[in-house]
Amino acid sequence: MYETTYHKAGNVAEAASLLAAAEDGQLLAGGQTLIPTMKARLAAPSDLVDISGASDMRGITVNVSAVTIGAMMTHAEVAANADLFAICPALSNLAARIGDPAVRNRGTLGGSLANNDPAADYPAAMLSLDATVVTNTREIAADAFFTGLFETALAEGEIITGVSFTAPGKAAYQKFPNPASRYAMCGVFVSVGPSGPRVAVTGAGADGVFRATEIETALQAKLDPHAIDKVSLDAKAMLSDLHGDGAYRANLVKVMTKRAVAALD
Amino acid sequence: MSAIAVSTTINGDEVEFLCQAEETLLDVLRERLGLTGAKEGCGTGDCGACSVMVDGRLVCACLVLGAEAEGRSIETIEGMANGDELHPLQTKFLEHAALQCGVCTPGFLVAAKALLDANPDPTEEEIRFWLAGNLCRCTGYDKIVRAVQDAAQELRGS
Repeated sequence: MYETTYHKAGNVAEAASLLAAAEDGQLLAGGQTLIPTMKARLAAPSDLVDISGASDMRGITVNVSAVTIGAMMTHAEVAANADLFAICPALSNLAARIGDPAVRNRGTLGGSLANNDPAADYPAAMLSLDATVVTNTREIAADAFFTGLFETALAEGEIITGVSFTAPGKAAYQKFPNPASRYAMCGVFVSVGPSGPRVAVTGAGADGVFRATEIETALQAKLDPHAIDKVSLDAKAMLSDLHGDGAYRANLVKVMTKRAVAALD
Repeated sequence: MSAIAVSTTINGDEVEFLCQAEETLLDVLRERLGLTGAKEGCGTGDCGACSVMVDGRLVCACLVLGAEAEGRSIETIEGMANGDELHPLQTKFLEHAALQCGVCTPGFLVAAKALLDANPDPTEEEIRFWLAGNLCRCTGYDKIVRAVQDAAQELRGS
């Protein structure tokens, strides 16, 4: 790692002012991506602002069907929250299967969303759940938040403080993990709310997480795994790499969608 | 660059150290404090050889900064045995020959203890799920799983 300067913020406002004062500052949430990236010298922030002590970025509240989750909640904390499990078990199960136990004890919801790794699990959930990403300056709909590989709508210095969404009637997440890395080669989150099914796919799209609108239309007509039998997905719009080509991933999207629809809870 | 003063508790002892912002907790444990039980395998959070507990939670010490340890309680493999008396997990790893080169062993023991502290009677599937973050390139895992099952049984007193 290159030399850096460490700061600790006690709340969002303090983090924002520390970031603003830094020459090339970076927030340090769980560090499960940032620290390896710094070790590889692919990132060299002049200043790190540790937000693990920011108490206003924590907590999970469930009020009837309105859910809010603080950005600094770890995957393990999200997975273990009984109120959330009661109303949206699909999200709890997703969080329980990110990475491995040590990663889940450090990695955070906000960190995952801000990084927008094309194989990360949370972006698919947020997009499917029609969630709102809340920052220190505004609210951003998930549909407008994820803008490409590792790209988001966040402005320079903007801080995700949490997310909010209305728990869907039913939801499920199914992923096909890479056998070695366990990252999603394809993960499909299906939720069915008042406006119909929303299907979001991670790990497979050439531009990162995306909504499979053709599949949504087919499921709107009939909420059944076989409803998507005739849907054809463009292999060219899928990631193609040594782990699997576009046609393989396009097929995986359908297979994982069918499993998710069959598992809707 | 001025060093950061950190106060922490390691294996029950109050410990203060100085470190640079870019030093990991693993660097501090191994190079400043002489606690070389936790190993650096991959350095990227994949292998689990650097597993330690921070405030009762299993983490990769290579992906935590030394500065982040301020005010926290850390447990390492060095705190697992009670003097010369090995922890049952350590004894069972020896009995079952659940190690060959041994580089992954401290991490496996710390992770397995975290599992058994939370779940004294795990199924084989649960053991494999909760040890998924620890890689062993020698044993093939089977002996490790048997050792953890045997230790769990002994710890339950049955």
